[in-house]
Amino acid sequence: MAADYKKITHDGLWGNNPALVQLLGLCPLLAVTGSVVNAIGLGLASTLVLMGSNLTVSAFRKFVPDAVRLPIFVMIIASFVTAIELLMKAFTYELYLILGIFIPLIVTNCAIMGRADAFACKNPVKASLLDGFMMGLGFTAVLVVLGAMRESLGLGTLFSDMHLLFGPMAEGWKITLIEDYPGFLFAILPPGAFVGMGLIIALKNIIDARIKARKVEPDVGARPERVRVTG
Amino acid sequence: MALIHTSSPHLHKAVNATDVMRLVVLATLPGLAAMTFFFGWGTLINVIWACLLAVGFEAIIIKMRKRPLGFYLKDYSALVTGLLLGLALPPFAPWWVMVVGVFVAIVIAKHLYGGLGQNPFNPAMVAYALLLISFPVVMTSWTQPFLMVDDGQSWNVMGFIDTFKLIFAGIEPPMIDSFSGATPLDAMRHRGGQTTEEVWANVPVLAQGMGAWHAVSAAYFMGGVFLIYRKVLTVHTPLAILATLGGVASIFYAIDPYQFADPFFHLTAGATMLGAFFIATDPVTSATSNKGKVVYGIGIGLLIFVIRDWGGYPDAVAFAVLLMNLSAPFIDQYTQPRSYGHAKAKRGMKGGA
Repeated sequence: MAADYKKITHDGLWGNNPALVQLLGLCPLLAVTGSVVNAIGLGLASTLVLMGSNLTVSAFRKFVPDAVRLPIFVMIIASFVTAIELLMKAFTYELYLILGIFIPLIVTNCAIMGRADAFACKNPVKASLLDGFMMGLGFTAVLVVLGAMRESLGLGTLFSDMHLLFGPMAEGWKITLIEDYPGFLFAILPPGAFVGMGLIIALKNIIDARIKARKVEPDVGARPERVRVTG
Repeated sequence: MALIHTSSPHLHKAVNATDVMRLVVLATLPGLAAMTFFFGWGTLINVIWACLLAVGFEAIIIKMRKRPLGFYLKDYSALVTGLLLGLALPPFAPWWVMVVGVFVAIVIAKHLYGGLGQNPFNPAMVAYALLLISFPVVMTSWTQPFLMVDDGQSWNVMGFIDTFKLIFAGIEPPMIDSFSGATPLDAMRHRGGQTTEEVWANVPVLAQGMGAWHAVSAAYFMGGVFLIYRKVLTVHTPLAILATLGGVASIFYAIDPYQFADPFFHLTAGATMLGAFFIATDPVTSATSNKGKVVYGIGIGLLIFVIRDWGGYPDAVAFAVLLMNLSAPFIDQYTQPRSYGHAKAKRGMKGGA
């Protein structure tokens, strides 16, 4: 079966986006998107785990008995998460402290389990790797958009504390949108994440509806008028 | 003599939302007057500002939803939401707090759920709760009643122009500190180890200023009685709230008068009266049947007491009402009255067995 790479890419980033369409992995999505740096950190970690697990699951798909596939997937995912956790501890320790429990909790992120079970265990390695990458990228994109929304609304800044992830060169990346912003705590707290997420999903649905409407329109004009030939 | 042939229901005239809302606006006027009298012009300015914003946002969102503008604006529901939010916010709340609040109330809590009649939560209270958790400092500093400023010899409130400047431009008049302070509930909550009796004696807002809160509560009570008299609302919800709150507070006061406040304090301080008569009784978000309203009111009364005494915030009406709004459909499901001609009421889960 020749994998349709274009479709995989489109599905991961938009059509079947894990956060916006499948609504998977909402727990970390809602919990850590208080700022852009948290969002990127968690997004990258999830993407790496997703790619690793998809690759491994796909490579071993012929040897995994169907009855015990889920425990095996969990063990594969857990080992990748442990590796990522140790990496983050080594290189981005402060960010690791901020993200805290949500790094180990990537194991339970349904998006990763879902891709392993729905895609990787039925498809060849190359397609699975691409699927993991694109799904991870789609997930990260939503995290970043939500993080940017909540950070700008809640604190009046963008890209603050980016040096936690990108080192000293990112010290000056912080943009203060409004001076003396009083802060809007609601956006930073979890309910703000739910409302923000709802708005992003609504936006996606609007865009989809527009695209659909545009595709249909010329079709309507081209349809031949019905001609009565009898009676 | 002509016999009148009509079938039931034998109603004189249809009740429409406009008339109900107009009566509610009328009924809040004594409370508004009392608030303005005791706490200065801030409340009045806030209420007018909130109403303007509410009608403005309502018009914009109705236009965006492509609904008939005149029809929906004429039901006054946006005005009532604005009015209630304006009454609930601290009198010196800056103008942008009201903008955020009214936006959340009208656009998010009401129209994103489908507009009047579809909203599961009371819009004004959603906005209040959001503002309270977002801007705790602004939302918990209240105005001192004039009784306490300058010994209460004269009607000593901050001037209209000064208040206007404070709200819209943030210009603080030199005397600002003598005009602002904690609410009685705040004082009772952050008492720092004192017994209830000591708090009453030592904290000025309780020792001298409580009269203002009594008067405001009495004014809301009056408005509420008017609404019950005009049959806009039934007695069930307010009575259940007040009786439960008073009853539970009495029990705890009887057990430990050093730690708990007396029931009269619970009934007259904070937003109890405003909440019981004007906020909890919102026909859209409360329970429907009379029995359901009683259960709903008992829940609110209990929650107010629990959150006031053991929760994180001094007043609890908004949270109590929102939590019971959430349970209202569930209450309705189990309190549906028996309809005439049927042996038994249909209650509980539909379908299944």
